[in-house]
Amino acid sequence: MNRAELLACPECDLLQSDSAIPRPRKALCARCGAILYQRHDQGLERTAALIVAALVLFTIANASPIVSLELQGERTDATLFGAVRVLWSQNMQLVALLVAFTAFAMPLLEIGALAWLLFPLRYGQKAPYFGSVYALLQFAWRLSLVDVFVLGALVSYVKLTHLAEVQAGAGLGAFAALMLVMATIDSNFDPRDLWERASAL
Amino acid sequence: MSTAASLGLASCHTCSLVSRVESGEALIDPICPRCGSSVHIRKPGAIGQCWAFLIAAMILYIPANTLPMMLTSSLFGSSDDTIISGVLFLWEDGSWYLALIVFFASILVPIGKMLALLVLLLSVQLPGVELSPERRRRLARVYRIIDWIGRWSMLDIYVVALLATVIQLTALASVRAGPAALAFGAVVVLTMFATESFDPRLIWDATEEEHGHKIGRGEAA
Repeated sequence: MNRAELLACPECDLLQSDSAIPRPRKALCARCGAILYQRHDQGLERTAALIVAALVLFTIANASPIVSLELQGERTDATLFGAVRVLWSQNMQLVALLVAFTAFAMPLLEIGALAWLLFPLRYGQKAPYFGSVYALLQFAWRLSLVDVFVLGALVSYVKLTHLAEVQAGAGLGAFAALMLVMATIDSNFDPRDLWERASAL
Repeated sequence: MSTAASLGLASCHTCSLVSRVESGEALIDPICPRCGSSVHIRKPGAIGQCWAFLIAAMILYIPANTLPMMLTSSLFGSSDDTIISGVLFLWEDGSWYLALIVFFASILVPIGKMLALLVLLLSVQLPGVELSPERRRRLARVYRIIDWIGRWSMLDIYVVALLATVIQLTALASVRAGPAALAFGAVVVLTMFATESFDPRLIWDATEEEHGHKIGRGEAA
């Protein structure tokens, strides 16, 4: 049997063959039920398109205020970077770094790594450092907490409405849209497909 | 049914390609022929690392709950809120849905996650624990759930950060992040590392041993 047709379950190590033609859209491990792979027609093409959308939304989300508060004619805007700066000035540098890391650096790395791997593939090229960049992507994927940040922003917004006149800013909308785009990427991107195409080059 | 390990094969952690792993105690880790990452039959030192991260998280969970998370001062006086008093305040304030979200993310998820990791570690480590296939499947599901749900604990950190930014130095009040934010952030990160370092394949390994295959580094082939 061809080695490439062998699958070992990532969660229980059961060896299974993937010789069924046509391949199923979603394969579950026969023993523990873990997802072995999920595939979509044009999954990589869709992912490439979604990365462009993610990059635009990421820029808007970070450049615009998430919530704004107006009090006695004075207006305070909270951006993600503003929040990091305030935490830093309050002697909470590690917490500031944690927020910057999980809500800014890791999502950016995730988008960047996907772009690095996928765009050259469209032109029949395998990007340099393919394996290392993929390992970085795996790392960033777990630590990018855009979805949690969106919920946190919503909770803050509702809490603030009890105190004063607040407005949700464009940043909140952009972050929410980014969350949806990232979730769509998550369900369309099939690493198995990526590796098969890259190693066929 | 046989596992990759019982046949001297291992799947790459990076690209999932199944490849042959040389037997014997090699000085250098085998390299995946497709992507060049080092290949392990099981994550090396998984149990020890998981214990280390878990114990550190449990210790830090104490200051995370006893120290204040948010320091508020306003014209009407100042108050220090811990995670729990923050949830109670939301509840009494009538925002019961917010209280439930924060209770879930900041209290239920971290405690549940630490207990689940404890159960997983003890199940794969204690000698003489008989695990039925049904039980193993349940443990595998527990691992999958905590792997997905753990990230949501970061919620409170973001809330404090944003509130502090908006309310900082307005005439109304000032909000500062308290020392518990640091401890709690560390708990979230440490439990994420603990989950990542645990190898769920260990849950199933005892079945192999019953069938006469010994699993271990270098012993599998």
